[in-house]
Amino acid sequence: MSQSYNRGTIESFGRWREFSAGMWAWIFHKFTGWVLVGYLFTHIAVLSTAIEGAEMYTNTIVTLEGLLLVRILEVGLLAVAVFHILNGLRLLLVDLGIGLESQDKSFYASVILTGAITVASVPTFIAGAF
Amino acid sequence: MSTQPPQQQSEEPAAEQSADAESTPAAQQRREDKKAADREARDKRQAEEAEREAKANEDTREIKVFRYDPEVEAKQEPRFDTFHVPFTKGMTVLDAVIYARDHFDPSLTFRHSCRQAVCGSDAFFVNGQQRLGCKTQISDLEEPIRIEPLPHQDVVKDLVVDMDHFYEEMEAVDPYFDPDETPDGELEEQRQSRANREKVKMSTRCIWCGACFSSCNIAAGDNEYLGPAALNKAYRFAMDDREGDAKTQDRLETIEQEHGVWRCQTQFSCTNVCPKDIPLTEHIQELKREAVKKNLKFW
Repeated sequence: MSQSYNRGTIESFGRWREFSAGMWAWIFHKFTGWVLVGYLFTHIAVLSTAIEGAEMYTNTIVTLEGLLLVRILEVGLLAVAVFHILNGLRLLLVDLGIGLESQDKSFYASVILTGAITVASVPTFIAGAF
Repeated sequence: MSTQPPQQQSEEPAAEQSADAESTPAAQQRREDKKAADREARDKRQAEEAEREAKANEDTREIKVFRYDPEVEAKQEPRFDTFHVPFTKGMTVLDAVIYARDHFDPSLTFRHSCRQAVCGSDAFFVNGQQRLGCKTQISDLEEPIRIEPLPHQDVVKDLVVDMDHFYEEMEAVDPYFDPDETPDGELEEQRQSRANREKVKMSTRCIWCGACFSSCNIAAGDNEYLGPAALNKAYRFAMDDREGDAKTQDRLETIEQEHGVWRCQTQFSCTNVCPKDIPLTEHIQELKREAVKKNLKFW
């Protein structure tokens, strides 16, 4: 829309505090989607440089897993993937027209479940990193 | 109590005594005393009244109203004006801006008509959400109450936005009946089943206020997107049994185009803000399924 003047934060992203559940779900879904796409290509790029022999492959993996940053990113990757899966299921229900009145609750449930699974995964991912 | 009765009482004895010249000063004195007492009582009453009024005025609500007028030089730069409006029980946002206009600034401009959520002319952006001014209680809102024109629409003046684009989208879905066959008799009714009536019931409640259209993120970014209100209109007629098959097909073709139902990202913003509680997202989702059913035929 052509605006002849600046209406301030009324039409900007600065109103994020006023977002409701459905909007947050949409933003998180886009964000996690892009992160997963980014991860997919990184995954292909990294592994395709380590396919000359079994030893090289093992070395690459062991070196990567030895880095604390990689361990932490793995936790993040799990969180992102879990949220994307759960919200994807939520969207599937929305597309089927099931439980549209409780779409906000299913979003909160997705967030809480993602948090719980992420926290529970921390010991597994971080074990031996320090 | 009025001041009349005591005055009459004082005049009667005075008239009797006026014959007696010697007692005149005494009567005069009495009259003056009486008058002084009356004056005092009146002053006291007025003071009390003023105090009561002041106390009532103490209970005010602070509203910040968006001001803009391209024709007035001082208002070409948008700003917020603050008004302190005396609160009364049951006061709505519309009541507050009407009070501000009537008592503080007659140039404050906004649309309103029926004041009972039927005409749909007073949708504002109140405290960060699209709401109907006449349906929003002041007591439900946090102070200061920010009242702005609907986002994603051009502002004409103050709280008045240009609704032309919204109406264009509404007209784009042909918001009228087009039955294949009409009953023979001129006065014959076109009956609808109870179940079908229930199905379209909520979608018929639209008052064209534009709140949903303004809240929709997609409509804001895609000028050609029909928007929730127009799609709801399409739903209202496409789902009606009485509508002709040809017209229904035509309607589905309109809504399944690139800027039709598939733009909807199910953010539920429209459903959240609709003052008439129309489940807009649900209706759009159902239209999406209808569009798929129409095009995917495995049998």
